[in-house]
Amino acid sequence: MKPMTVFGRQKPANLEPEGRKDVNYSSQWRLMVLRFKKHKLARISLAVLALLYVCALLAQFLAPYSLESYDSKYVNAPPMKLRFVDADGKFHIRPFVYELQSTRDPDTMRKIFASNPEKRYALKFFVKGERYKFLGVIPTSTHLIGVEQPGRIFLLGTDALGRDMFSRILLGSQVSLSIPLVGVGISFILGLIIGGVSGYFGGWMDSVIQRIIEIIRSFPTLPLWMALSAAIPPRIPVVRMYFYIVIIFAFIEWTGLARVVRGKFISLKNEDYVVAAKIAGVGDAKIIAKHLLPGLISYLVVATTLAIPGMILAETAMSFLGLGIRAPATSWGVLLQEAQQIENIALYPWKIIPLATVIITVLTFNFLGDGLRDAADPYKR
Amino acid sequence: MSRPILEVKGLKKNFQVKSRKALFAKPTSVQVLNDISFELREGETLSIVGESGCGKTTLGRCIVRGMSASSGEVIYHAPGGETVDYLKLNGAASKKFRKDIQMIFQDPYSSLSPRMSVFNIISEPLIANFKLSRREVEEKVSSIAMQTGLNVSYLRRYPHAFSGGQRQRIAIARALVTQPRLIVCDEAVSALDVSIQAQIINLLKDLQQEFKITYIFISHDLSIVENISDRVAVMHLGRVVELASVESMFRQPRHPYTEALLSAVPQPDPELKKNRIILEGEVPNPANPPSGCHFHPRCAYRTEKCVKESPALREIGNQHYAACHYAEELTLRSARNEPRTEEGH
Repeated sequence: MKPMTVFGRQKPANLEPEGRKDVNYSSQWRLMVLRFKKHKLARISLAVLALLYVCALLAQFLAPYSLESYDSKYVNAPPMKLRFVDADGKFHIRPFVYELQSTRDPDTMRKIFASNPEKRYALKFFVKGERYKFLGVIPTSTHLIGVEQPGRIFLLGTDALGRDMFSRILLGSQVSLSIPLVGVGISFILGLIIGGVSGYFGGWMDSVIQRIIEIIRSFPTLPLWMALSAAIPPRIPVVRMYFYIVIIFAFIEWTGLARVVRGKFISLKNEDYVVAAKIAGVGDAKIIAKHLLPGLISYLVVATTLAIPGMILAETAMSFLGLGIRAPATSWGVLLQEAQQIENIALYPWKIIPLATVIITVLTFNFLGDGLRDAADPYKR
Repeated sequence: MSRPILEVKGLKKNFQVKSRKALFAKPTSVQVLNDISFELREGETLSIVGESGCGKTTLGRCIVRGMSASSGEVIYHAPGGETVDYLKLNGAASKKFRKDIQMIFQDPYSSLSPRMSVFNIISEPLIANFKLSRREVEEKVSSIAMQTGLNVSYLRRYPHAFSGGQRQRIAIARALVTQPRLIVCDEAVSALDVSIQAQIINLLKDLQQEFKITYIFISHDLSIVENISDRVAVMHLGRVVELASVESMFRQPRHPYTEALLSAVPQPDPELKKNRIILEGEVPNPANPPSGCHFHPRCAYRTEKCVKESPALREIGNQHYAACHYAEELTLRSARNEPRTEEGH
């Protein structure tokens, strides 16, 4: 009896073409993708997140103004309305804004802004403005939107120094959205290695690592942040500052991931199919690479995704307390610092708009994590 | 009689159990396997039976080194005439002999990695133990797949696409692919439904004939045990209490525990009224075993001697071993040819 030839593992392209779409021939990852696609909320969240990150990446281009730009004439200006119809009832294809004129309330002597229908500034695309480096490399001065000088456009109002909130939210998202990713990335590596050692070898090593993790986790985080950020010298470049803060977060965050990894290692180590591989004479390194890690990675993706919102909130909280990013650099937490005063919220409600962005980001990450978790479980039907 | 393939000598396994009595109390150890010794002859099927928690699975796993035994030896007689202690193999010797003993697990759902295709699952032991070209691997895998009744064109599929019976065939193919001489079947058919059980049992028997495989068949299902085995070992609380050929055991059990087990075998004849022996009390706690004979709290025939003295496994005659002080004197009921009881008709 001559055995039939079966296509080897090296050439998945040799598969029967009709078999490739068949769910029976689908690997774990493909099944995960298929299940993930059924999770509507997670799909929407993924799209929203992608949009947020693209915006953060292109923030300098999308924002009409830069971080340093301010205008003392327009302090605490309210959001401007984009209009199509002018005071005379005439329709304009190109949206425009009215010039803002500051006056004083005759009774309270408070500075208030009124739009001046005489002066229209049409919204222009690809306008020349302040110089910046596109994606950090290409020097340019083109901004996506803007109005002609001396006009100003404040889509989301301005802050106490007359800086455009819209630009600052966009630019702040670069810090607020990337710190969690980098921080989780570092803690992912730390957690994978330390948790893996702890779970795979067990014994006294496991005990020591677990006690260290317990000690780190039992530090009250707020005083710890304060101590760590006090250790950072006050006058250092923004990039270094950013780097330090990421390390502070990763230092605390890895413990959670290490526990997930350890637990998963322990449970997978005793799975029948791992024992079967051991009995069959498969080596330790190969068992880790082919059985433990693939079994682990889907859960890790989920754990990591769910760890990110915590980091975003932590960064926001730290900056809010003045411990994190400091001006002129900005993040959503820095922007929310201004909303600390009740006066600001009462009189200038647009200053809590960064809160909305934080909420949206945290929620979408949570929904995404939920979807991934549902998709990752291989025994779920 | 064929020559021995495996000798288990004084195998012990202790589990450390954390005591909850005090924070720094010394962990107590539970003896799960207590001085197990038996000999396995080439080509035979030895069944190991006993109630849950008696240590059957631990014994199986210790033999294949899925677990490390606390002490004892498992002497393996290699085909070339060498004898090695299988439990102490390492390095090159390990590579040489480990492929000879394989295992089939109880649950075909957890014993196959959901992340590997069937081809990769079956070829894994092959790649780990032999240096083969891809073509040779493919040929071996497909021939073993055919012999175990798997459709070769399904090998690219993943385990989730198969039913329980098919999955167990995959597990059998994986165990067979290195051409082992001994396979430990740990409740290999318990998770399957009855019709599939018969198929798999027949498959195992056919394969035994074809490849001269020796089986250690761990089971709690005595009907299957009677069907498949040559010899049966009855385990109770980590000890072998009776070991005999299947005919001898089922015709004339010598240990009261075996009698109770046999009386629990379901009879297909509804006319046959059975006198089931219901053992009183719980399975004794292995962490705190009873004195003397471990079975005495539940034994209907116990005497003072049983409470004090622990019986050794001794030959009663004709290769029939039992660990009971009164093995010769007691007339115990057998499973087969059970007389119709008076109160039945």
